[in-house]
Formats: sequence, C-alpha cells, structure tokens
Amino acid sequence: MSKESTESKESEESRESEKSEESKAPARSVMLQGFRVIGVAVRAEPGVFTAAVLASALYGGMTVASSWALGWATDHAVLPAFRDGGEAATGALLLAALFIVGVAVLKAAGVMGRRILAGVMQYRMQARSRREVTRQYLRLPLAWHHRHPTGQLLSNANSDVEAAWGPLAPLPMAVGVIVMLVTAAVAIVLVDPVLALVGFLIFPAIALLNLVYQRRLSPLAMRAQRLRAEVSEVAHESFDGALVVKTLGREDAEAARFQARADELRDANIAVGRVRGLFDPLLEALPTLGVLAVLLVGAARLESGSLATGDLVQVSYLFTLLAWPIRALGWVLAELPRSVVGWSRVRDVLDATGSMAYGTASLDGAGPARVTAENVRYGYDPGAPVLRDVSFRVEPGRTVAVVGPTGSGKSTLTQLLARLIDPDVGVVRIDGTDLRDVAKGGVSGAVALVLQQTFLFDDTVRGNVTLGLDVPDEKIWAALRLAQAEGFVSALRSGLDTRVGERGASLSGGQRQRLALARALVREPRLLILDDATSSVDPQVEKRILHGLREESAESTVVVVAYRMATIALADEVVYLEQGTVVDHGPHDELLARCEGYRALVTAYEREEAERADALDEVVDESFDSDEEVVA
Amino acid sequence: MTAVDERAGDGVTDEARAEETLREAERSAMETVRHGLRLSPEFRHGLAGTLALAVLATLGKIIVPIAVQQVIDRGLDGGTPDVPFIRNAVLLCAVAVLLTALCGYLMNVRLYRSTESGLATLRGKGFRHVHDLSVLTQNSERRGALVSRVTGDVDQISAFMQWGGLTIIIAVGQLVVATALMAVFSWRLTLLVWVCFLPVMIVLPRFQRMVSRAYTRVREWAGDVLAAVSESVVGSAVIRAYGSEDRTAERIDRAVIGQRRAQTRAQMIIGFTFPTTEMVAAVAVAGVIVLGVHLGVAGSITQGRLIAFLFLITLFISPLQTATEVLNEAQNAIAGWRRVLGVLDTPADVADPADGVTLPRGPISVAFERVGFAYPGGPPVLHDVSVEITPGTRMAVVGETGSGKTTFAKLLTRLMDPTSGRILVDGVDLREVSFSSLRERIVMVPQDGFLFDASLADNIRFGRPSASDEEIRLALTELGLADWLDGLPAGLDTPVGQRGESLSAGERQLVALARAYLADPDLLLLDEATSAVDPATEVRLARALDSVTRGRTAVSIAHRLSTAEAADEVLVFQHGRIVQRGPHAELVEQDGVYADLHASWASAIGS
Ligand SMILES: Nc1ncnc2c1ncn2[C@@H]1O[C@H](COP(=O)(O)OP(=O)(O)OP(=O)(O)O)[C@@H](O)[C@H]1O
Ligand SMILES: Nc1ncnc2c1ncn2[C@@H]1O[C@H](COP(=O)(O)OP(=O)(O)OP(=O)(O)O)[C@@H](O)[C@H]1O
Ligand SMILES: [Mg+2]
Ligand SMILES: [Mg+2]
Repeated sequence: MSKESTESKESEESRESEKSEESKAPARSVMLQGFRVIGVAVRAEPGVFTAAVLASALYGGMTVASSWALGWATDHAVLPAFRDGGEAATGALLLAALFIVGVAVLKAAGVMGRRILAGVMQYRMQARSRREVTRQYLRLPLAWHHRHPTGQLLSNANSDVEAAWGPLAPLPMAVGVIVMLVTAAVAIVLVDPVLALVGFLIFPAIALLNLVYQRRLSPLAMRAQRLRAEVSEVAHESFDGALVVKTLGREDAEAARFQARADELRDANIAVGRVRGLFDPLLEALPTLGVLAVLLVGAARLESGSLATGDLVQVSYLFTLLAWPIRALGWVLAELPRSVVGWSRVRDVLDATGSMAYGTASLDGAGPARVTAENVRYGYDPGAPVLRDVSFRVEPGRTVAVVGPTGSGKSTLTQLLARLIDPDVGVVRIDGTDLRDVAKGGVSGAVALVLQQTFLFDDTVRGNVTLGLDVPDEKIWAALRLAQAEGFVSALRSGLDTRVGERGASLSGGQRQRLALARALVREPRLLILDDATSSVDPQVEKRILHGLREESAESTVVVVAYRMATIALADEVVYLEQGTVVDHGPHDELLARCEGYRALVTAYEREEAERADALDEVVDESFDSDEEVVA
Repeated sequence: MTAVDERAGDGVTDEARAEETLREAERSAMETVRHGLRLSPEFRHGLAGTLALAVLATLGKIIVPIAVQQVIDRGLDGGTPDVPFIRNAVLLCAVAVLLTALCGYLMNVRLYRSTESGLATLRGKGFRHVHDLSVLTQNSERRGALVSRVTGDVDQISAFMQWGGLTIIIAVGQLVVATALMAVFSWRLTLLVWVCFLPVMIVLPRFQRMVSRAYTRVREWAGDVLAAVSESVVGSAVIRAYGSEDRTAERIDRAVIGQRRAQTRAQMIIGFTFPTTEMVAAVAVAGVIVLGVHLGVAGSITQGRLIAFLFLITLFISPLQTATEVLNEAQNAIAGWRRVLGVLDTPADVADPADGVTLPRGPISVAFERVGFAYPGGPPVLHDVSVEITPGTRMAVVGETGSGKTTFAKLLTRLMDPTSGRILVDGVDLREVSFSSLRERIVMVPQDGFLFDASLADNIRFGRPSASDEEIRLALTELGLADWLDGLPAGLDTPVGQRGESLSAGERQLVALARAYLADPDLLLLDEATSAVDPATEVRLARALDSVTRGRTAVSIAHRLSTAEAADEVLVFQHGRIVQRGPHAELVEQDGVYADLHASWASAIGS
C-alpha cells in the first residue's frame, strides 16, 4: 500500500521536474528543436516545400527587382522626358510602365504560389498528423487510454497538431526573405562596401535581438500553451459531468475551479504579451534605425566624394523595402516555442508503445467456440493483481455465469476473454488458440462483448448496431427483436435512421442498453459475453431477453456476468469469483449447497424478503399487542 | 438587445427546437463587437491611455518613414548634400523611432493586460453560463464544441484584439495621411490612384464574403473532425470490442481530408485575392508615371515631386495589402465572439429564479399536479402525472424501461421544467424555489454516476465541500461500506481515473451514492443508483440507507423490485402515466402491471 503511494508520488515528482527542466531549457535548444520540427515537415513534403520556397524566392527577387524597375523607369523614362519634353520619351515611358507591371505580375505570382503552397504544406502536415495520432489512439491498448484524460487526447489531435505545424505558414516567406536579404546584400556590396558594412551590422543586430527574444519568450509561450490545454481539459471534464454538478448544485465551485485555470492562463498570456510587446516594436524599429545609420554614414561619404547621390538613394530605398518582410523571420521564430510544445505532445502519442501484437491464426471455425483460461493473472497497476490464477473452461455451446461481489474482477475477466487486454501471466484460448496468436480482427470477428458500461456513438440506431458491418435490415431487426428493442426502435421518429445523440442521450437507460445488446447479437458471434448487460432493463423485458437467448444459444458459447437467479439459472455452470480468484465453480445447485459466499450473494434478495416478512409480522404482532394494551 | 435576441437563433424551423439549441446570434459584426464590449468592461479599462499611446505609435509609424524620405529628398537634392541638415534630421528621426517603439511597448503591455483580463472573465462567464443552461440545451451540442466555445473561440478573439484591431487603426490612419500628402503633391495624380483602387475597395468586401464562407466550411469540417476524433477516444472500448477500428479510422479520414480540402480552398481564395492589390498598385504606379510625365511636360508637377509621389503610393498600398489579412482575422474573431456570446445569449431556460424562495430545512413534501412533459421535438413522454409524496415517505418508482421514470426524476430535481402542469415542494412551485435551497434539499443520484478524475475522497467531498476525511470515512461507515474502503489499497486516496473508470461499475455507484449521502439532502432521489452493485451489498446498503435517512423522504427508481418491497409506497409507470399506486402488499394482490413485474422479478430471484 505505502509502496504504491510513494510510487505515484515519485512519478508526480518526476513529472514536476520534467516541467521545470523544460522551462529552464535554453532558448537555443528550443530553436534547434523547432528547426528539427520544421525539418520533419520538410522531409515529409519536400516537393511542396521546394515549390513554396521557389515561389517565395521569386517574390523576394521581384521585390528587389521592383525597386530596380522603378529606378530604371526614373532614369530612362521620367528624367529624359522632363529633360527633352514629352514626345521623345513616349516609347520609353510605355516600356517602363510595362516593365513595372510585368515585375508586379511576377511578384504577384510569387506571392500567390507562396501563400497557397505554404497553406497546402501546413494543411497536409496537419491532416497527416491528425491521422497518425488518431490511428495511434485506435491502436494503443485500453490501458493506455485509461491513463490519459479525454481532454488531453482531444487537444493532442487538435490544438497540439495545429501548434506543431503553425510555423509552416510563414516559413516559405521567411526563406524568401533570406533570399531577399542575400540579394539585397549583394546589391549593396556592389554599390558601396562601406555602406554594406553598416548594413551588415544591422543584420546581426536583428538576428541577435531575435535570439534574445526567443530566449525570453520560449518558456513563457510554452507555459501558456500548456495552460491552454489544461483549461480545455477542465472544461471538458466539467461539462462531461454537468449532471452531477447540477444535481449537487456545485456550479459555483466548478466555475471557480475553471476560473482559477483561466486566470493562470491569463497571467501567462500577459507575461508572453509583455515580452512580445517589448520586442516587436524593437524589431520593427531596427531596420529604420539601419536606414538612418546608412544615411548618416552615407552623407559623410558623399561629402568626401566617395559615393554618388543616386547610390545612396538606392541603398536607402533597399533598406526601407526590407523593413517589413524581415519581420517574417520573427514570425517563424515566434511560433517555434508553441510548435515545439505541440509537437512534443504529439510525439508522446506517436511514440507510445505497447500496442497489441497480433499473430496469424484465425478463429474462423464454425459453431460455438471453446474457451479456456489458464492460470490467468492480470493487474491494472503492476504489482497489484486484480485477477490471480484464474482457470476455467467453457465447452462449445455451453453457458457459463460469472458471479462475484462488486469489484471482484468480473469485468476484467470478460475483457481478457475478448482480448481488450492481455493477461500478465497465463493464457486465454479459444478453440485451443492463444488469443495473442490470432490475426488482427480475428478475435472481434468471433467474440462479441457487451460492455457493462453502455456506450453509444453519436450516430443512427443502424450505425450503432452494425458499427459499419454490412448487414441487411432484416438481420438488424432480428437482433433488435432478440434484444427486445424492436418495439421502441420502430416507434422512433425515423426508425433505424434516428440519431441517438452523444452517448445515446436521447434514449432511456434501458433503451441504450438494449441497443448495445443488439449490437452484439447481430454479429452472431461464436462467443457471446454479456457483462451485466440487462442491469437497466425491467424484470419482464429481462425475462424475455433471456428466453430469446436460450433459444438461440445453441449457436454460441455464452459467458454471462449476472447476479439474478434467472440469469444464473440459464447457465450450465457458474464461476464464482471473490477478490480476483476463482473460489469455486460448478453447477449452480452444487455451489449453492457448498459455497457459503456464493449462497450469501445470490440469495440476498430472497433472504431480505423473508426477513422483511418476519419483521412485518412482528410489527403487526406488536401493534396488536399495543392495541390490546390501549384497549385494556 | 431584445429585438436582436428575438431574431437570434436558428429559429427558422420549429420554435421548440430553437429554444433548446445554443444561439449563434445572427447579429451584424458591429453589433457583435458592441455587445461583446459591453459584456467585457475590462476591454475599456484604461482604454483612453492605450488609445493615446496607439495614436502616438501609429503617428510614429506613419511619419517616420515619411520623414526619412524627406531627408533623402531634401538632403540629397541637387547633388550637393546638406550634411548638417541630414545629421540633425537623422538624429531627430532616431529619437522619434525610439519614442515610437517605447509608445508601442507601453501600448502593447496595456493592451495585453486589458484584453487578457477581459477574455479570462469572458471565458469564466461563458463556462458558468454553460452550467446554467438546462441539460437539454447542453445536450443539443456536442461536448467538444461546447468546450471550444470557452477555449478556442476565445483565443481567436484575443489574436485579433492584440494584433488585428490595432492594425486596422494603423491602416486607416496611414491611408488618410497618405491620401492627404498625395493630394498636397498633386490632386490629379491622387485622383488617378483612387480611381485605380476604388474597384479594389469595392470588390474587397465581396472577396471577404467569399473568404468568410470558405472559413465557415472550414469550421464546419473542424467540428466534424472534433466529433470523429472524440469518438475514437471516448468509444475506445467499444471500438476494440467490435473491431471497428477501420470504420472509425475511415470516418476520421473523411473528416480530416474534408477539413484539409476546405482549408486549402479557403487558402486558394485568399491566395488569389491577396496579390490583387499588388498588381493594382503596379498599374497605379505605371499610370502615375505616364500621367505624371505628361503633367510634368505641361509644367504642373516637378520631377522631384513626381518621384516623392511614387514613394507615397507604397505607403498607400501597404494598409490595403494587410487589409485582406486583417479582415480575415477580424472575421474569425467575430465568428468566435459570436459563438461565445451565443452561449451567454442563450437564456438559461431552467433558471434560478430571482428572489427565489428559500425553503427551511426539514421534512419535505412534493406534489405533481397534472404534469406533462415532452422532449423538444418529440412526442409527450409524461401525461397528466399527479402525485403527492408526503414528508418522510419512502417511495419506489417502477415501470418498464422507457416509461418515463428518469424523466419524472429530472422534473422533480428541476433539471427540466414540465411542459404542462406544475410541481410543488412544500407547497411552493418548484420554479420559484432558489437553486441553492433546492439543491440543498433535493439530491439525485443519476443513472450513471459520473466521477471526476480525482481521488475517492475528493469525489465524495463533491457532495459537501467542507467535509473532512473523517466525516467522509464516517459516512462510508454509516452506509456499511467501511469494509469496502478498507479493501482499497490506497483507501480514500485511491485515484478513480477518468469518469471513474479505474473503479469497477459497482464501486463507481457506491461512490456516487456516498457523495449524495454526504450532501445530506431532505429528499434523496435514487435513479437506479445501485443497479450494478451485487445483491448482498445492495441489500446491506438499502438497509443502512433506510436507517440513516429515517424521517426523510426518499424516492428510488429501480428495476430490482427488492426496493419496491421495502418502500412505503410504490408508483408504477407505464407509457408515461402513473397506472398504479400503493404499498407493495396491496399492489401484488391486484391484477396489473405491478403484479406482472413482480412475478417476473420473483422468478428472476428465485431458483
Ligand atoms: N482501469 C482500471 N484501473 C485500475 N483499477 C481498475 C480498473 N478497472 C477496474 N479496476 C479495479 O479492479 C478491480 C476489479 O474491477 P472489475 O471492474 O473487474 O470488477 P467487477 O467484478 O466487474 O465489479 P462490478 O460488479 O462492480 O462490475 C476493482 O477493484 C477495480 O477497482
Ligand atoms: N433527451 C431525450 N430526448 C428525447 N427523448 C428522450 C430523451 N430522454 C428520454 N427520452 C425518451 O423519453 C422516454 C422516457 O425516457 P426515460 O428515460 O424517462 O425512461 P425510464 O423510465 O427512465 O427508462 P429506463 O428504465 O430505461 O431508464 C423514452 O421513450 C426515451 O426514448
Ligand atoms: Mg463489472
Ligand atoms: Mg431511466
């Protein structure tokens, strides 16, 4: 007991330390990690990426060219025209106009290509990650699902994926800007090396500022992203439990719990805002300061005669031109921390191991199945087995009732038989084949388990019964009839095509349960497992269901978890569990005679009734007595 | 506001439906913003200062480049540079740049603080209101979508508030200043530029609508993705048990691919429209050059002014270029805002009455007077139900599945209001009783006991937050569950997992029951609260409950008729009506539904 609690504490602590380590991680490593994430995308979509970058480079080149075109127009059309009078320059003027428009068309094409391709790349990566993540959800064992909050898994597939690929949108632009910078740098060097030196001082300054920016921003942005996920987890759980919240009047407390998280997120966002608010204007100011520096230095060089006026104008113009696009670099960098956090959360899912291994054997045999459990042991937490040394055998076509007190491991056992989970020790076999050797889809093809906790999808009645299996309507109706659901389904507004709402919200408890039963019956499984599958139906309906099952049961082997005599009476044999071990098994009558725990359990109602009758008699006697006294 | 409210909702089809679904107000963008601002006074907090800073920062952003341009023009004009002028002007500009940055910083900090505070409050209000909505309204929307109304949708507003809103102000300012300066240089050329851009400005809103429609599609698909993904998570056990992984995967793929297509389409539209301004700008520049030269030859503009004018065009187009982007973000923000406000606009149809009656604690009586109920858009499920429950009665409710028992319970706890008739507690209409009083006095244990992902103790404490561990232990002991608790390795600290899934189904019900018991209500309503508990435990529990809640009113819905046998009185439901009523002993003797049910039950428990 103490060992376990310390264990869980330890894992808590290690999680804590992980967090703080992450937040202390130097920004550079975040940047490196971020580039690695981008690398993943580039490797996945090299074609699109290349095309997007080329388009962006076209855009970058044309941006520089447009300044050049304007210069050309000034030099070759405007100035001559002013010098020589209108007519002389008409041809050149039209040429200049065409030139300017032509460059603009190319630039527009570049912008178009860049934006669309960047989008294509981002959306493809998002779609790919979503599919990978959800495939993983479908592949990973139930135990893994139990350990992860629903809200978290949902945000892994949604907002985390979005965050991970966020930098892809401005990425091509940023690469294009680098091309632009290089082009501009070359142009400046060609014009005047000294001015170029000034320019090159500005570039590292921008890079440095960006680096400092990242370093300050990363931990804060990561924290905000994590809190954002937490806020939505709280909301998810709270809305999920809305009925409990309402019935116990705990709305205010829940609101306070949510508000506390929302406020934390607010503070985190404000902290992010403070850093952004500082660095964004600075990053914007730097290029302008660069222009001013160029002017200052340029003016001095003009004075000394080592620079021509036109050259200075061109260099300054280039700088003003760069001022805006250069911020695209900042955008990519600003997205990186969120991207890193998002991707690492996505990776946690993708890297999760322990998915079930499958063999190649099939369970296609005809007729009911033989089931054996051999020395099965299973624990949800290692070291605390819930089932120990469970062995039994069910012959084909027979019905076995699994009986045991609350929490004794019955549901766990049914899940082992349907291979939702694998035993830690021991083997479960159907027709002699270890379930672990059966090919994918083999077990669910032969075995149908009706879970204790009814779950319906937000789908039609038909969809919920067939779950995609191709079955004709007659068979669906037959199954519904057997599950005593025919009546209410045919009374529904659109019959089989009625949508049942999230988790079947528009049906009553017993109606939901009967649909879940029909879902199993429609498959005509070789092994049918019912885990307390009639707990929410009234005794009459239960009786009819059981009668129906008894008639059909020649087709399947049945394992049924039940408490009521009527159900148990259907069984050829009973397995009685207590605290995870098989205390006794055999026919009901024998167990009733020899197993005290079993007797106490299944006759509880009867004894209760008898005792009540006695008590009633006593009360009646007493009241007679007292009456007499009064009379006397 | 009321006029808007009336128009709100998708109330085109049947009235009843519209009432039950969350609103997504069809109000215009401006109205949304106005209404939103009214609801979040934080946004206006210190707005004057922020705006002043914004004006300074904007002016800086507009004027600095112009100044730089002027320096280039003046200082370098005519071949002989005026170096001292340049030096002074440059220093002045540098100071202005730094001041602009400073203003920008201060403005950002204020803006972030006020918007984030406002949004955090808005989230909280939205969240709270979702809980105030009736269960029916809550169920009209998928949980995931409901969650995003207080998370993702709010994030969208913040993105706009912190970037887009200001960009619009700056853009408009820049447009005005640029136009004014251009007009100073040459009104004819200015006219030409406007003539070039006017079509763009006219077409822009149309593009915008296209984009917005495309984004609506994206959002719809995103909803489908959310639903498909959540199916794979919440339905994981069923999916495995029935090997329907492939079908689920197919559904997810369909949604994910649909979303990707819709996103790509939206991006294409933007991609095609975005560079239009660029091209129009080039045409304008070309036109200005051609016309300018003609004007110049005619002597109405100088060479220097023409070149300066060309520079001003760049200043003119840059706000137009960002316009598509900003409008986009504005669209998203407004859509998000609409959805958040939609929650707040949806009236809490089962609302806590203002000046509600507080009923004194003590024995409670309940009366249903000709109560009828129909789920929205469905047939009536309760007809004309009249019944009195006198203080201290132990009432059992039985009946076929689907006969309306849970509906009856939900009405009694006022999770829904009856469509006709009324319900009285202690002679007061349920609709007039304050929620706090009602929830204190009547507690229901619903059919499936939801547990929170916390420890056992925390879950039970949910019934009474002030309870100490000792009191919780005592409550469990009183219910005869001490042995069970002792059997748990971590005792009260046992984590129960998601929705309580680390406990067995029966154990979950025990916890839910203990939770309600600890809340100590005057009327305890059990809706099949022990359906998964083993008979021995159930009998023990029933007995314990019986003795510890003696003198209080109890209503139990159960298919296990042992409950009915122990009750003072039994209500028998059939097809939404109470068909029989009386003590068990009487009812078994009568021909009727109860006798039949009991016969089935007796044969079920007897060997
Ligand atoms: N996901 C889980 N993680 C950890 N422990 C679990 C999990 N599911 C069940 N347990 C524990 O395993 C034990 C057996 O649970 P199981 O659900 O098999 O019982 P059961 O016999 O079906 O009970 P019931 O009659 O209440 O349905 C219980 O003590 C329970 O607390
Ligand atoms: N949210 C809902 N929307 C529409 N119809 C509903 C909704 N909930 C229940 N119903 C319908 O109302 C009827 C009565 O349901 P109710 O849940 O009250 O039955 P019940 O007597 O509690 O049955 P059970 O014993 O199966 O729990 C059923 O026909 C059901 O389909
Ligand atoms: Mg179970
Ligand atoms: Mg019910």
